Amino acid sequence: MTTLNINGRDHSVDVPHDTPLLWVIREHLQMTGTKFGCGAGLCGACTVHLNGEAVRSCQTAVSQAAGKKIVTIEGLHPKGEHALQRAWIAEQVPQCGYCQSGQIMQAASLLAKNPDPSKAEIVEHMNGNLCRCMTYARIQRAILRAAAEMRGV
Amino acid sequence: MTKHQKVDGLANLDRRSFLVGTAATGLVLGYAALPEIKEAFGATSASLEPTVWAAIGTDGKVVVTVGKAEMGQHIASTMAQLVAEELEASWKDMSVVLASNDPKYNDPVLGAQVTGGSWSTGMNFDAMSRAGAAGRLTLIKAAAEMLGVPEGECFARDSRVHHAKSKKSLTYAQIVAGGKANKTWTPDEIKAIKLKTPDQYTKIGQPLPQIDIPSKTNGTCKYGIDAFAPDMLYGKLALPPVRYGATVKSVDDSAAKKVPGFVKAVVVDDKTGTTSGWVVAVAKTYEGAKKAAAALKIVWDKGPYASVSDQTIIDESRRLQKDGTEGFLFVRDGDSAAAMEKAAKVIEGEYLTSINIHAPMEPMNALAFEKDGIWHIYTGNQFATRTTAIAAAVAGVDASKILIHQQYLGGGFGRRLESDMTVPAVAASKAVGKPVKVIYSREDDMQMDFTRPLTYQKVKVGLDADGKPIAMEHDVIGAWPTKRWGIPAFLTPSVDKKGSHDSFTVNGADYWYTIPNHTVRNFENKLAQNATPSGQLRSVAPGWTFWAVESTMDDIAHASGQDPVEMRLRLLDGAGANAGGDKPQTAGGAKRLANALRAAVGRSGYGAIKLGPNEGLGVACVSSQERASPTWTACVAHVHVDPSSGEVTLKKLTVAMDVGTVVNPDGVRAQIEGSTLWGASIAMLEKATMADGGIQQTNFDGYTPMRMSQMPELDVSIIGNGEPAVGCGEPAVTVVAPAIGNAIFNAVGARVRSLPITAEAVKAAMKA
Repeated sequence: MTTLNINGRDHSVDVPHDTPLLWVIREHLQMTGTKFGCGAGLCGACTVHLNGEAVRSCQTAVSQAAGKKIVTIEGLHPKGEHALQRAWIAEQVPQCGYCQSGQIMQAASLLAKNPDPSKAEIVEHMNGNLCRCMTYARIQRAILRAAAEMRGV
Repeated sequence: MTKHQKVDGLANLDRRSFLVGTAATGLVLGYAALPEIKEAFGATSASLEPTVWAAIGTDGKVVVTVGKAEMGQHIASTMAQLVAEELEASWKDMSVVLASNDPKYNDPVLGAQVTGGSWSTGMNFDAMSRAGAAGRLTLIKAAAEMLGVPEGECFARDSRVHHAKSKKSLTYAQIVAGGKANKTWTPDEIKAIKLKTPDQYTKIGQPLPQIDIPSKTNGTCKYGIDAFAPDMLYGKLALPPVRYGATVKSVDDSAAKKVPGFVKAVVVDDKTGTTSGWVVAVAKTYEGAKKAAAALKIVWDKGPYASVSDQTIIDESRRLQKDGTEGFLFVRDGDSAAAMEKAAKVIEGEYLTSINIHAPMEPMNALAFEKDGIWHIYTGNQFATRTTAIAAAVAGVDASKILIHQQYLGGGFGRRLESDMTVPAVAASKAVGKPVKVIYSREDDMQMDFTRPLTYQKVKVGLDADGKPIAMEHDVIGAWPTKRWGIPAFLTPSVDKKGSHDSFTVNGADYWYTIPNHTVRNFENKLAQNATPSGQLRSVAPGWTFWAVESTMDDIAHASGQDPVEMRLRLLDGAGANAGGDKPQTAGGAKRLANALRAAVGRSGYGAIKLGPNEGLGVACVSSQERASPTWTACVAHVHVDPSSGEVTLKKLTVAMDVGTVVNPDGVRAQIEGSTLWGASIAMLEKATMADGGIQQTNFDGYTPMRMSQMPELDVSIIGNGEPAVGCGEPAVTVVAPAIGNAIFNAVGARVRSLPITAEAVKAAMKA
């Protein structure tokens, strides 16, 4: 049995230690906001936070996540109203929306450390997250909007 | 020219009444074949439900049922916006649900449930508007009766019917609760409703927030991959090394049996021919199924296409073109052969486009199970009508026993017009007697994509002594994705009645330029057709035909010493058939394309801005998707080319698109932004290859769509002029590549004729 702390709650799961955290979150615990995109750490759709760091859950064995604080899109804000989530709506970012949980989690880890990122810093931080609808321009705008709001500008 | 025939006769709205009536749950609105409202509403509410297109609850909330795939184009919101405009419902009261595969939700024009071709808005505009209007008029009549005032003195606004004189009003919720809003509209009455004119619009033309977006920011939006069923097992594919034609000779599951939770290896017996040689490893968990699939020892007969490669496909295309006898005439204006004889100068070009993979972010998947004689399928699909038939064949039941629970699509782009994902899910569930969710790995998804076909085109233009084009011959050769569907109504008779061909592979070649003596022939490359099973990829044929046509237009301009913009404007004179107007959507014809071109050119600063060394601007303009449903689109690309390496930097894309009526300007802008970048990605970054009968790219390391760092600056202009609404999800894809190619030529004099454009090709063309 492995105990995982996800979004502030403990979950006990009985899976092999090498099981990717992604499948435990999505399929065993049915928290489906975290998405499967490539299984190889190439697209970022499965991004979650592990002790505040953005990680690819498809490349994270469940044993590596045990004992750490895991946050998924469902836990980013109790009402889904994190500044980034509100900015995503204000800028009407999502098209198909499938990659956007990962995009938002990736962006949240940037703003947690850098409250005033430049466009170049945003690109560098977000470049591992693919969006096949190519909503990149709106993602950039939404991150800048959320950052400004969080700074109280 | 493509003519769409109805796939079946079920959804001809001209013959259907429209019902507005009170049911237990509230007010329901829907087209129905039943002539009498009593017959429909005498039925139980459960059997009534499938005919409902919209419902207004006793809380006043409006739910629109949308028979279109929601894949990021926010089509459900667009449909709701059309209904809300005429219904006079507040936007905050609007919501949407995705329809099942019930034929009653078929597209009113196509007679099938299929989403593609940028058709949805144009084809559903009238039906959705009339549905909303009939609802409003019925509510007004009921309210007048309830208030005891003349109907003619009442009007509706913001989900409320008002009587101005008495200052009384009733909310839609109150009217629905009153139970008096009942009317059967005859087909003639529905047709006679006077719809709003554009100056009366309060919602169409407004950037209303898309209904599905909040759920896509908090993880609650449900895609096919997110479906669960009690006792559900997982399926992981074990695939042959070739794309198509393999058969399974033996399966040794002795190693797989050691994987905890392994249930069974199911060899998919697919009589529909959608898949070949597939095996599904079924296990209690997905990670178990994945390990088991890897542990299976399968021997395949690789079949007849195991030696097919890009080169053998190209060789066969060249042979077909040279031979010429197997071509189907798509356009024949005048006598191009005779005119070519008289030409003072002949320009020829050979164009190639690579295999491309859809790779939507959500890999293909489906959950299937049988319960009480009904097969339930949870998936996101663009072609429910065909998927129903294929699932029924695999399950061995009648199509009426297939219930598709449509889910949101984590990207479509044409990939989910295919039904393959349901085949292993149904086959595996049937074999193990439990629900099975099959999830393709990214590798499965890429290797078994129904790709954009590899295309080969030959263009020949004859110029007179003044440099005026007097003849054009254009041959298009490739696989024919739509023919593979086996639906005769989707094929087009050739101009000379020699037979039917797949015009979805040649659309766009029937451009709007006035050039006399024009011949276009379409060839099926049967080797590619069999070996690669190709599919519709966002924008389909115009994605390659305009690559050839618009590159050629610049060739003509340069050969005759004309400015490429001014030459295009001269040829877009709207003469003869190019005046348009044979269909409402073509009103204005070539002159609207000229106008879009002027808009893009003006916005880009063409001829006015100072360019740096080795920089160039290139133009292109297109009438994608089809001549009968054109969206007038123009692009100016601004590039820099490194002359030492041939490396191209895409600095900026300026796009102007005339969409007629702009239903949701922000939604249109989002679609143009995305499709423009998709076009750039295909033009410069995405290439798949076939070798030994298999697709060689397996994940986002080998197949590399555009990332944020590669995004050029974008400038998007939307032209709305009150003409009928047309689609905007695809056309910009087709205009970008030729604009980039023309910009490269203007920057460094290198003419590249193959997609994607590589630094090596640019460098080689610079030397040439």
